[in-house]
Amino acid sequence: MKRSYKIAVIDYKISNMFSIRNAMSLLGFNCEVTSDRSKILSADGAILPGVGSFPYAMKNIKKLGFDETIKDFINTGKPFIGICLGFQLLFDNSTEVEHTNGLEIIHGQVKNLSKNKKITRVPHVGWNSIKKNKKLNQGRIFHPLKNHKDGEYFYFIHSFYVSPKDQNNVYTTSKYGDFEFCSSILKDNIFACQFHPEKSGKKGMEILNAMFKQK
Amino acid sequence: MLKIRIIPCLDVKDGRVVKGINFLNLVDAGDPVAQAHFYSKNGADEICFLDISASIEKRTTMLNVVEKTAEKVFIPLTVGGGVSSIENIRDLLKAGADKISINTAGILNENLISQAAEKFGSQCIVAAVDAKKEKDSWAVYSHGGSKNTGIDALEWMQKLQNLGAGEILLTSMDRDGTKKGFDLELLNRASSQLAIPLIASGGVGNLDHFKDGVLVGKANALLAASVFHFGELSIKEVKQYLSNEGINVRIE
Repeated sequence: MKRSYKIAVIDYKISNMFSIRNAMSLLGFNCEVTSDRSKILSADGAILPGVGSFPYAMKNIKKLGFDETIKDFINTGKPFIGICLGFQLLFDNSTEVEHTNGLEIIHGQVKNLSKNKKITRVPHVGWNSIKKNKKLNQGRIFHPLKNHKDGEYFYFIHSFYVSPKDQNNVYTTSKYGDFEFCSSILKDNIFACQFHPEKSGKKGMEILNAMFKQK
Repeated sequence: MLKIRIIPCLDVKDGRVVKGINFLNLVDAGDPVAQAHFYSKNGADEICFLDISASIEKRTTMLNVVEKTAEKVFIPLTVGGGVSSIENIRDLLKAGADKISINTAGILNENLISQAAEKFGSQCIVAAVDAKKEKDSWAVYSHGGSKNTGIDALEWMQKLQNLGAGEILLTSMDRDGTKKGFDLELLNRASSQLAIPLIASGGVGNLDHFKDGVLVGKANALLAASVFHFGELSIKEVKQYLSNEGINVRIE
């Protein structure tokens, strides 16, 4: 049976949005890939997915007027997920290709993994584990990793990482070699992650389900 | 900690899974969607489809296979075989593939690799290299292993990295289908010169071969076909063995 929750996958014309839609449909959500502002704003939850280049993505988002739409949606207090590039876009700016301003919803910068001396191989591809920020465990309306344990694996594929200004928003960290980075953030109704829950088998699906069913 | 990936590879011809011995003598081993689903539920870290259909018409069949697989399988899916244009890549990504593997077309036209990386991101471009030993070096073969290009494999992999490939899928033609183990020397030399992840392919036949691919070959991921398809080893068995040998793998 379909749940009545309507989830909008924000299509900003850059990459394959179907994996996430397939995942949401399998979970029983009423999910639509859309570029329509009113459909996005009237949904019960929204997802900003994406792989690819930060400057190109921002250009499209601005062209489609989605910078305002995304902020307006977040201001409604309804659950919002950013995945991979959709996670990075929430930050202030990125140095990918050229200095580009992001959506500036979460403060911090997006940086290149290959500039890091502790890392020998980029992109960071494959299954890596998470460590939860224990301070974030109390009194949350949205808490999609509540039932997940430290050491559980998710699928990563990226060459850039985020460096948030406020460590209180850091939900999980992960380690690539000796380098520890922020692998997800949780701030009010925003959950955003570097890894791909829609490509992380059962554990990933549980996150998507947990974020949106708590409405 | 990042895990070593185990990737079952399904050679798909006209919508069915086959696997050749030394690229010949194809044996039918089943339905690709069902197999991909089975592997994803039984410990595979990714799935790889290699389309070996002869004609362009039959390649449309592959898009259907990818689409059906993406509806059921929620781990990464790499698709390759006959990919020769930006349009091919876009169609496969749209059907639900996460990564695209490019081989011959990248040899014939290096710009395809750089354009694809620029357009879709390096992370979704896997450069496939078929290499065959020649005295002290390895030559790159194109067209499904049928043509010697005369290009040095180690130099070519370096070039592919510079062109923007996100990973290298390296197959030893001497070992493919033989179950004699990976070409460890080739892997090790490739791995030590590359700064992008290396997927080892060709020749794995027993548990020790998997271990050697990581410890001696220094590969970041291991790809296998026959040993899994014919039930000689299960992915769980391989991972348990690797884990006991101190190698980091994902066990759920």
